[in-house]
This record gives sequence, C-alpha cells and structure tokens, in this order.
Amino acid sequence: MMRLITRHVPLAVTLLACAFLLIPIIQSILAGLTVNYFRGLSSGLTLKWIVQVWELYSDSIFLSIWLALTCLAATLVIGVPAAYVLARNPGRITRVLEEFISLPLAIPGLALALALLQLYGTVQGFRTSWTFILVGHVLYTLPFMVRSVLSVLAAIDLRTLEEGAASLGAGPARRFVDVVVPNAMPGILAGALTVVTLSIGEFNLTWMLHTPYLKTLPVGLADSYASMRLEVASAYTLVFFVMIVPLLMAMQWASARAQRIMQ
Amino acid sequence: MTQRHFISLCLLPLAIFTLAFLAIPLGRLILASGESEAGWGIYLQILQTPRYLSTLGQTVVVSLAVTVAALAISTTAGLYLVRNHFPGRNVLLSILTLPLAFPGVVVGFMIILLGGRQGLVNQLLPGYWVFAYSIIGLFLGYLYFSIPRVLLTVMAAAEKIDPALEEAARTLGASPWRIVTDVLLPALAPALIAAGAIAFATAMGAFGTAFTLATDIDVLPMVIYTEFTLSANIAMASALSVVLGLVTWAMLLIARSFSGGAVAAGG
Amino acid sequence: MTLTLTNIAKTFPGGTKALLPTDLEIAKGEILSLLGPSGCGKSTLLRIIAGLETPDPGASIVFDGDDVTHQSVESRKIGMVFQSYALFPNMSVRSNIGYGLKMQKLPKAEIAARVDEVIGLCQLAPYADRAVTALSGGQKQRVALARAMAPRPRVLLLDEPLSALDAALRNHLRDELALLLRQFGITAIFVTHDQDEAMAIADRVAVMSQGQVAQIGTPEALYRNPATGFVARFVGDAMPLEGRIERAHMHLPGGVLTLPQAGDGQQVLVRAEDISIDPQGPITGRVETVTFLGTHYRIALSGVMAGPLFMLHAGLSAPKPGDEVRLSIPPEALLVLPMEMAA
Repeated sequence: MMRLITRHVPLAVTLLACAFLLIPIIQSILAGLTVNYFRGLSSGLTLKWIVQVWELYSDSIFLSIWLALTCLAATLVIGVPAAYVLARNPGRITRVLEEFISLPLAIPGLALALALLQLYGTVQGFRTSWTFILVGHVLYTLPFMVRSVLSVLAAIDLRTLEEGAASLGAGPARRFVDVVVPNAMPGILAGALTVVTLSIGEFNLTWMLHTPYLKTLPVGLADSYASMRLEVASAYTLVFFVMIVPLLMAMQWASARAQRIMQ
Repeated sequence: MTQRHFISLCLLPLAIFTLAFLAIPLGRLILASGESEAGWGIYLQILQTPRYLSTLGQTVVVSLAVTVAALAISTTAGLYLVRNHFPGRNVLLSILTLPLAFPGVVVGFMIILLGGRQGLVNQLLPGYWVFAYSIIGLFLGYLYFSIPRVLLTVMAAAEKIDPALEEAARTLGASPWRIVTDVLLPALAPALIAAGAIAFATAMGAFGTAFTLATDIDVLPMVIYTEFTLSANIAMASALSVVLGLVTWAMLLIARSFSGGAVAAGG
Repeated sequence: MTLTLTNIAKTFPGGTKALLPTDLEIAKGEILSLLGPSGCGKSTLLRIIAGLETPDPGASIVFDGDDVTHQSVESRKIGMVFQSYALFPNMSVRSNIGYGLKMQKLPKAEIAARVDEVIGLCQLAPYADRAVTALSGGQKQRVALARAMAPRPRVLLLDEPLSALDAALRNHLRDELALLLRQFGITAIFVTHDQDEAMAIADRVAVMSQGQVAQIGTPEALYRNPATGFVARFVGDAMPLEGRIERAHMHLPGGVLTLPQAGDGQQVLVRAEDISIDPQGPITGRVETVTFLGTHYRIALSGVMAGPLFMLHAGLSAPKPGDEVRLSIPPEALLVLPMEMAA
C-alpha cells in the first residue's frame, strides 16, 4: 500500500502538472488554426488567421528579431570583456559589481522601466526611438550573458592559460582573442541563446518603454489579447511559439553542453 | 598596451552602460519617490492608506500561496523525474520547462483559454465556470510560470544527491517515506529555500500576467502601473516601485546565498 | 552467521554480463575480501548480497538457513559501509549512528545505550555530538562503520571503505579496521581493488576477474600457489618471462632457466623479490637503473629478455648502471601456469 502511494502519487502529480501546462498550449494552437473555435474542429482548419496576423503584426515580429539581434551584439560587446575581468580578479569589488549588474534580475521590469522613463522620458529623439527599448532589453539580458561566460571562465584555469600565452609572447589583447574567447565559447553560445530567447519574450519593460509605432511581438500579443477575436490572438500566439520553442530548446542544449564542459 | 590598460578597456563598456542606464536611473527613481508634497513621508503614507496596504497584503498572500503550491508540485515531479528513467521522460521534462520562455502576457492568455468566458473548463462543465479573472486565475497564472523555474532548481539539486545516501538509509531499514523525510528533503532544503525565494520574488513582481487577466484583484505591479499611467501619481508609483524592488531583491539575495544560480524574475 | 551464495549472476539491461554464475560460502565470523580491478564484478556481487541489485533468476542467497533472495534491503538486516560513507549530513554523529535503531522503533533509552556502546568501541566519544560535516576522513569512516554496526546486522558489507582516504592515512586505518572488525566478531565481506588492503584485513580473499572468481583462498595460499597468471600478477605483482620453453627449461636471451616442472605451452612468471645476484647464476643481465628504497634497491635489468625485468636487491651496496651481472632464480620460485586468453 505504502509502495503504491510512494510510486503512483508522484507520477500522477507529474502528469497533472504537464496537463496543466500543455492543455492551454494545445488549445491555442488549435484555436489559431480552426475556422471557428466555438464550433470546434468540425468548422474546418484554416490558415486565414495566420495570414491576418501577418498582415496586422508582421512589423512587430521583425522589430522583435531586430531588437534581439542588436541586443545580442550589445551584450557581447559589454558582457564578454566584463566577464573576463570579473573572472580574472575574483574578490570583494568584483562580487559587488557582479551583484550590481545582476539587479535587473531581481528588480521587477516595471520598476526599471519607471526609472528609465523618469530620467530619459523627456529626451525626445531617444524616447521615441527603438534604441530606448533596446536599452531595456540589454539591461535585462546582460546579467545572463555575464554569468554564463563567467561560470565557464571560472571553471577553466584561466590564469595558467594566460600565463602560458604570455610566456610565448602574447600581449593582453592577443591573449583575450586567442585564449580567453575560444575557451569561453561554450558559455558565450549558451549566453547568446539565452539573450535572444529572453529578448524576444520580454514584455514587462517593453510595455512601458514602447510607443504606439514601435510594437514588439509580446506587446503586439497583449494588444491582440485585448482587442482581437480569440482565433487571431491564438494564431499570433502560435507564431510566437514557433519562434520561441526552438530557441528555448537550443538554449537548454547549449547550457547543458556548457555545464558538461565545466565538469 | 599594458595589462592594466587592457583591463580598464574591458570594463569601459560595462561601466558606461551600467552608470547611464542602471545606477543613475535607479537613483532618480528613489529621488522621485520623495518629490511629492508628502516628501519622504510617502513611505509612511503607503502603510497608512488602506488601499495600498491591502494591495501589498494581497500580493504577498497570492505570492506565498503560489510559492507553496509550486514547491509542492515541482518537488514531487522533480524527484520523480530524477529517480525514474522511463520512455517519455524527456517529453514530460520538455513540457514542464516549456513555459520558461513565455512572457507573462502569454501565460495570462493560457489561463484565459483554460478558465476564461470562452475557456475550456466553461465549455466542458455545465454551469458558469469562469475563474480566469478572479484570484484563482491569478494564482494559476503565477503557478504556470513558477512550476518550471522551481522544477529546474529542484532537479539540479536532486541530481547532486549521492545515491548512496538513500541506499544507506535502506540498509538501515528506512521506509520509502522515511527516506523522503530524513534524507531527500534535508538534502534538498537549500535548493527548496532558494527556489521558494525565486518563486516568491517572481510572483511579487509579475506584471504581464496580471495585466492580461485584467483581474479585479489589485496586485502591487498593477497598482504601480495605474498610479503611473492613469493617475500620473509619479511619486507614489516610484515609492511603490522602490518597496517592490527592495522586497524582490532581498528575496533573490536569499536565493543566491543558498544556491547561486541565475534565474530570471520575469513573468 | 554463515552466508551461502548459489548461482549468483547479473546481466544488465543491454546484455552486459557484470557477473557470471558464482557460488560462495562464508563462514560465521569470517572476513572475506572480494579483490579485483574495477569492472570485475566485485561491487555488483556485494550489492546483490545487500539487496541493492537484483540477481538474474535462479540465484539463491541464504543467511544461516534464512533465504533472503527475495527480501528487500530494508528487511535483510545487513550493515553496509559505503565508499562515499553516505553519512546523513543533516544529522549529528550520534543521530547517524542511532538511525538504524530508530528505524527498528526501539525505546529511546535503549537506543542511547547501544549508540554509546558502539561509540565507545569505535573511539568516537569526543565527536559524538558534532555535525558529520565537521569530521576528518578517518573519523567519517569510523562513523560509517559504527552506524552500520549499531543495529547488530547479520553480515557487514564494506564497499571500498578506505579508497576515499589519502595514502598515508589509508595504511594506518587499514590496520585499525582489521582490528575493529575482529573485535566485533562479525561476518564481513569487504570489496577492494588494493591487494595490500585485502591481505591485511581478510581471512580469505576471493580474487575476481571479468565477472568471475578466479581463485579463493587465504592470502598465503594465493601468494604461494596462484591458480592463474592473473592471480599471480594481481597478488604479488608477478612478472611474465618472455622466452622459449622446452620441457623443464626456459631459454631466455640472457641464459637458460631450470623450471620446477615441464612447462610446454604454458607461461612462466617470477616475482622481483625471488631474483638474486649470484656470480654462479645461469643468466646474465645488464643493470639499467638502480633505485634506493631504504631497506632494499629496485634494479631494472635489460638483456635478460626482450622487455625490462625488475629485481629487488637487499644489502649495503648495489651494482652500478651499466654493470653486467649474473642472476639466479630458484626453480621453486618460478610460477608455471596455464596460458590465459587475452583480456
């Protein structure tokens, strides 16, 4: 009896949790592809909602992709050298610095957006440009890039590798390019995929920072949930899933790979 | 170029960006909270205004309930998935981690599909079963994005437990239930505290889900949003943001001291 | 307690045969060591006895007439010491040791008394109320032993209990463990890959190779009369000689050795300590390196056979590298054993 409980209750909980998470996903996929969701699948399958989403919201999809790529470029430029310095000089100051740049993980996006808006809300050319949203995205994703690279660099014997390169005559910049970056690659890859995935899905900051002419995918989703019929909202969500799920899988694969290399 | 110059060069982009877009804006936010007529007394005002106080209370209660439920569900499922290898296990694992990349708005929509006016439950069951816009909907929405985060933390910790610990307990005559209470849960305790703190902080700060569900329950992020956009009460919105930020930051500090993993507080 | 194992085999899912059918009998109070390289099946056999692995069908495990083959670990009343010790980090030394007694639902006073008794025997009194995480490796090992012994198990199983310790401590604790096990007077099975450890602790040693018991006997018997080349190499580091055998003679590049018996189609092994420098010896070799080891020298010789041959030399002086020396090996020290299949 005891054995029955200890074996089957956990399985039931696991399956129920899966059902809870999966059923609405399936619903939204079906709703996005059926002619009339309330009459059910018998009303027939259609792509017209997807086409409609494309007509209405394709700008938001391209803006999100553009933001994700520029955000990736920015986090690479800012994050990788910073992670290198943090890894090379472990100590109290670097711990505080790491803690500080990790603040956007802890402070809700709403609060960060409010802070940005109060300081830069009146700077016209900046406030209305896509770069204002980009700043929010970089703020939010940068800690992931730094930590991902940092954890890989912390696991390899960076100092000895660098000393080896230095003894062969490589200067600081050469060592960074020839030794540090190639060895940090698994962490950079995992960090890059995380940055792109999170940037495409970011809503809390973006909602506050966007303007009516600059809608990202999640902002467009919120818009469609509020004002469109269920089939269109579902079709739009389906488009989002198609973009985000492969990215998520790639991100999990890359993170697991980086973890394995670190051991 | 010397080593010292190169290090400075490496830190330069970070220094400029963090100063311009994190340090100074946060400083401005804190200053702005004291710029109303009430001055710094605005923080006292939060505690004296029933509306803000009840909002704060409700947010804490919902977040706590979500934390407890997510810990219970994810620990059960996580331990089961770590200890049993069966065909289809990886599929279940993928399903359980899928919502990691969903923004709060999408999670809100998922709950509307389940429990909204046109939702699945309302279609299947006779009578009027709409819970998406109530506190139940909010709870389920927060649970939806909390389960994967807690699950990953618990599983990572469970995989590190020495299998010999459980075997040792068995050779000493411990029943499966005793093994859970005497060996597994104590070994998981730091991870559970960390995961709980993360789930709590995430729920406290969740905006997108509440926004989409447009519930009649006031939670702190929604109040901040309405104070800012509708009432243009910048000082109060800033003060509430500071309070919210301090709470979630403190929770994540606890989490960090117990586990050290990087987990997004999105949603 | 007498332990009787019949027809114990283990095939892992996927078809790997970790253990071929094995029979073994262990007498009351005997300490048996399972000795072998990693992957030889010794740990699998131990875990089957514990009940942590299920043997293939047809096996039988009997503790003193009590067939436990189908009993769960929890009800077998065995004690086990794990390689990682597996001490519960959330409990004190005392709670760890008392855990098995608590599971038997004994009265608190009795648990306390019995825990104190084991703590005394294992000399853990100064550490009794410490957290197990605050102990040294050797102390942890004693707590693991005390925890396994406190419930008075029918048999004690030890899985590489010394391998987590560093070399100096290991030699010291090896003797201590041998003494403690004899004080407890318990039937014990001890898995190790270290021949010195097996010899020092066990009454009998079962040498295992490729899922089988190659030979079982007292340490002396295994050393003097190894049954196979594997046993000879694993117990006492015998070196195979490379030469041509003609009846009772072996022709080496460095000379001709007399064998104790005709050895055609067999292999001949010798131990470094059985080779001596002897001006009248039948074979010659050239000294390559000389290593001083305190009580003796270890000398590497070339020219005796194709590969290097090592010998131990006692005495106040040793030959120099480059010297030609004559060597002798008493015929009775040469081990003539059947050829084995390549591993």
